[in-house]
Amino acid sequence: MSQTEPDTPLYAAREPVFPRRVSGNFRTLKWWLLGFMLGIYYLIPWLRWDRGPMLPDQAVLLDLGNRRFFFFMIEIWPHEFYFVAGLLIMAGLGLFLFTSALGRVWCGYACPQTVWTDLFLLIERWVDGDRNNQLRLLRQKWDLHKLRLRLVKWTLWLLIALATGGAWVFYFTDAPALASNLIHGTAHPVAYSTIAVLTATTFLFGGFMREQMCIYACPWPRIQAAMMDEDTITIAYREWRGEPRGKHRKAEGAEALGDCIDCMACANVCPMGIDIRDGQQLECITCGLCIDACDEMMDKVGKPRGLVAYMALKDEAAERAGAHPKQIWKHMFRPRTLMYFTLWAGIGIALVVALFMRPPFEFNVSPVRNPQYVLLADGSIRNTYEVRLRNKQPREATLEISLVDPEGDHDFDEDEGAVQLTLEGRTANVVTVAPDETLLQRVYVTAPRGSDLADESRTNIRFWLRDVEGTERISADSVFNGKDH
Amino acid sequence: MSKAPAKMTKPGEVATTGHEWDGIQEFNNPLPRWWLWTFYVTIIWALGYSIAYPAWPLLKGATPGLLGASTRADVAAEIKRFAAANGPIEAKLVAADLTAISADPELASYAANAGKAVFATWCSQCHGSGANGAVGYPNLLDNDWLWGGDIEAIHTTITHGVRNTEDADARYSEMPKFGADGLLETAQIGEVVQYVLKLSGQAHDAAKAEAGAVVFADNCAACHAEDGTGNRDLGAPNLTDAIWLYGGSVAALTQTVTNARFGVMPAWTTRLSEAEVRAVASYVHGLGGGE
Repeated sequence: MSQTEPDTPLYAAREPVFPRRVSGNFRTLKWWLLGFMLGIYYLIPWLRWDRGPMLPDQAVLLDLGNRRFFFFMIEIWPHEFYFVAGLLIMAGLGLFLFTSALGRVWCGYACPQTVWTDLFLLIERWVDGDRNNQLRLLRQKWDLHKLRLRLVKWTLWLLIALATGGAWVFYFTDAPALASNLIHGTAHPVAYSTIAVLTATTFLFGGFMREQMCIYACPWPRIQAAMMDEDTITIAYREWRGEPRGKHRKAEGAEALGDCIDCMACANVCPMGIDIRDGQQLECITCGLCIDACDEMMDKVGKPRGLVAYMALKDEAAERAGAHPKQIWKHMFRPRTLMYFTLWAGIGIALVVALFMRPPFEFNVSPVRNPQYVLLADGSIRNTYEVRLRNKQPREATLEISLVDPEGDHDFDEDEGAVQLTLEGRTANVVTVAPDETLLQRVYVTAPRGSDLADESRTNIRFWLRDVEGTERISADSVFNGKDH
Repeated sequence: MSKAPAKMTKPGEVATTGHEWDGIQEFNNPLPRWWLWTFYVTIIWALGYSIAYPAWPLLKGATPGLLGASTRADVAAEIKRFAAANGPIEAKLVAADLTAISADPELASYAANAGKAVFATWCSQCHGSGANGAVGYPNLLDNDWLWGGDIEAIHTTITHGVRNTEDADARYSEMPKFGADGLLETAQIGEVVQYVLKLSGQAHDAAKAEAGAVVFADNCAACHAEDGTGNRDLGAPNLTDAIWLYGGSVAALTQTVTNARFGVMPAWTTRLSEAEVRAVASYVHGLGGGE
């Protein structure tokens, strides 16, 4: 074993990236998406939705304190958290689908890191000027002018960051009330600390970390590699058309040059600070800005567009061999993407169906197992059940509990000596549950001495819950433990 | 194995470490410098943390830390806070008429929950965590009560206890050791046991039971009543029902008549506050057998 001396440094400082302003189709699309997504993020908590006097009127509210999630007409209770889990799984599968079909489209267009960085870059160009001014400013010594520009820029960034952190907390409690409390300094400390943390991370990630987050911190780019194949859309430089590159079009031998005029426009606009002409790189978020930059240049020099373009890896090879590439949408339909889509849609349909099949009230019956049964003085056997009733309606519900034998070979009638159902602390088998509340009711089932239920070790029984004022009824199965247990 | 020193490849490309295994080489990308800074920040944080919070182990305990943080003190403060918050309702519980507790939803809910905690702490050792008792320790879920099953009787039993020496007002009675003290012949005990089996509707020897009826009338009826239904003033069990504290078999009954039983329960006033006694009485009363 020989110890080798490192001749490269162990640590590398960040190379500052100053992407030049660019305009084009993809840039326009990105601005629209940015406006749309930021609009959703900032405005959603302020939407109102009338749910009656007992419930909050915020359209989207994650009410952790009262353990309720509200999404417009949908209300999710803690025991229905699988809806949220299902949505998260759908979000995951949706990312898989988009990644396998369109490559890193999430990274390039929709990721908050990208969106906020774009916003911060906009501010930066507005304050400092475009790429060349920014580069000059970086190298310039500190003076009043530079200090002023920096302070203005950082202040604006900080305000955006504050608004970002501020918007987040509105999702968790009534927005207008919280806004008033925040201003008056009477909001909960958690609200302030959440805002502080999100403000700091937004400021740091959008202003200073930028592409470093994607390259070093984010696991998603690494995971995406597993979903990509030669049909996945990525950005490619048609080097067989562009090379050999050269600036001096009028020089001797220029006719041998390719279409690339080596203007560096593609590299200068790249927010990741790479040169797409070097080929596929892990830094590339496929945002398409280099395509816009190159197309603009090609238009100027009178050459066809598409020297840099969205392309499947397969087509790169096909074009090199002289064949025609497939159209992009044809790449999107293949077994892998269809499978992701089927899974995604299947879960979505299942969730929607489950959502509309939810009864307006529910109950869980759990037999008390400590002890499994109680012997009463007259020799009868009593089982106790903890029944959790949930009234998900905005009105009071009067619910009747009854008992049947699912197999139908036991007498559960109200006759003398038959199995008796009684509710702790109540004279009738009826419970009133307040609007949007749960109620825990202890229920006793008593089987007389010598009856089948009392003597058999275990009998299946079924509880029914019926809305006294309506027609709706639901059942829950349980067991009765007898003496022989 | 590793071979060859590190070398730069073409300009702009990444150097390798010079390690090669089965043709696979290892890139030598430098780590971003800011990562190094985050490492330094964690060191500074650790130093600050160990000064601010309990950290360094000493012979006794640890350095307390400048902030004086202590989870023990936090718990103590929290208990104090809850005790203070519960003060008014506990006062209300103590002042309330025992029979009125169940009618007041707020009071009943507090009593049931507080009582559950008291029961788990102090009562479950003998009566079981599910309150279903054990041989010699009454099942509190059923509807058979030795000393009475209404809230007031339960409250009295918990307050003063049963057959203990620490409380003069404890529930007290003593069954004679009919066999051990020679009050009854072995044969008579056999007969009275058969009679008790008959009383509770179990299989028995009719002839012996008939003889046992006389023994019962002479020796047992004073406490257990002539029809065997017992006497709650004396804690004398009802012998006609299905429930047996010490077992209803011939062997268990013979043992009981011969040597008697002497179940003891402490007086809880020495350990529990009046509010706690009332809470646990309310809890026990609400277990399903309360009268």
